[in-house]
Amino acid sequence: MTHHVLDARRLLCPMPVIRAQNTVARLAPGDTLEVQATDPGALHDIPTWCRVHGHEVLSTANVKGEVRVTLRVTHS
Amino acid sequence: MTLTASPDRNAPRKAVALISGGLDSMLAARVMQDHGISVEGINFYTGFCIEGHTQAIRNQTRERPKRNNALWVAEQLGIKLHLVDVIEEYKNVVINPKHGYGANLNPCLDCKGFMVGKAREWMEANQFDFIVTGEVIGQRPMSQRRDTMPIVARESGAFDRLLRPLCAKLLPPTLPEREGWVDRDRLFDFNGRSRKPQMALAAHYGFTDYAQPAGGCCFLTNAQYSNKLADLWETRGEKRYELEDILLLKVGRHLRPRPHFKLIVARDEGETNFLLGFRQRYTHLQATSHNGPLALIEGNASDDDLELAARLTARFGKGRDATQVTVAITDQAGRTHTRDVSPLTADAIPETWYL
Repeated sequence: MTHHVLDARRLLCPMPVIRAQNTVARLAPGDTLEVQATDPGALHDIPTWCRVHGHEVLSTANVKGEVRVTLRVTHS
Repeated sequence: MTLTASPDRNAPRKAVALISGGLDSMLAARVMQDHGISVEGINFYTGFCIEGHTQAIRNQTRERPKRNNALWVAEQLGIKLHLVDVIEEYKNVVINPKHGYGANLNPCLDCKGFMVGKAREWMEANQFDFIVTGEVIGQRPMSQRRDTMPIVARESGAFDRLLRPLCAKLLPPTLPEREGWVDRDRLFDFNGRSRKPQMALAAHYGFTDYAQPAGGCCFLTNAQYSNKLADLWETRGEKRYELEDILLLKVGRHLRPRPHFKLIVARDEGETNFLLGFRQRYTHLQATSHNGPLALIEGNASDDDLELAARLTARFGKGRDATQVTVAITDQAGRTHTRDVSPLTADAIPETWYL
């Protein structure tokens, strides 16, 4: 199980979601991924994508315009 | 031909549905679920999607969060949704459409063929059986006509593995119908621009909250947007664009007071915040004596041009009726100077300046 960080700052939605999706595709079950974004849409869209695909959202935060969503990959 | 199908004859047949986030594709996917088909969605991001990045542009203090409707639809249906970045590949569709443009710079027929073709590639790579779209005959004047639907099926390479459940009864039977994977009798014969049949089917399924985008899901069907894109190509001397170009066309008032420069003026705080992200690559202006929008200059502006741009910027701020407004002008190197200018009056701005 490995922790990964994806820098999706300055990308506009839906690109942070697409980058997160493509990164998760390369990870193993149990791995965690922190997505960093500046588009506020990522705060809603990435958790929705996780629910749709069955991955676990561990935390979400929006601090001074920087969104952070951490998820756990549940399946390959 | 490399079309493949699920190897296990007893396994549920699998369809990939093009999900735009609107009602029609939502219904088409839902109908397939009723037929026992295992459905997954696919959504393509071209850069021209109305769905994309509107969150970043909107006034966050005034408006409720904007959802991604394609993802929302997938969640309502309980299906996976695969988001695909096609920005680079899509350029050729917009710049060189084999079937030409519609009323604006919308290459709808080429676009549909391209997207169904990408879905076909995905279907083959993932061993799905067929493709589903929410197309309705007569719904769109270019891509959704009885005579153009076979073109999409043929040019995409999907052929009879492309099923349009909402109007299937008006079209020749496709492979999923002939093989009995779906029951043709339980498909539909929707035709024309009326939304009533779709709304009735939505009510049947209990869908009460769904997106109804006017003019479709693409900025290229919008006349004003297309005018701005045509202006971009004309002033550039060639049909070429980057993602940043087409994003900026979605934001603000665009005025071209001189052939060699354009001014992009934010219309509200949300757009000002959005344009702030681009300011380091453009000479930009903003009033300092009064509240007002951020404006970007695209092109090479002379000293006289900067004066005019400052007066225009002042025109769209709170100081529009003031005798004098101080405007800060910052060049691409980050050097700022200020000018005291008199705002242009509304009647001093020719309509022809607005793109």
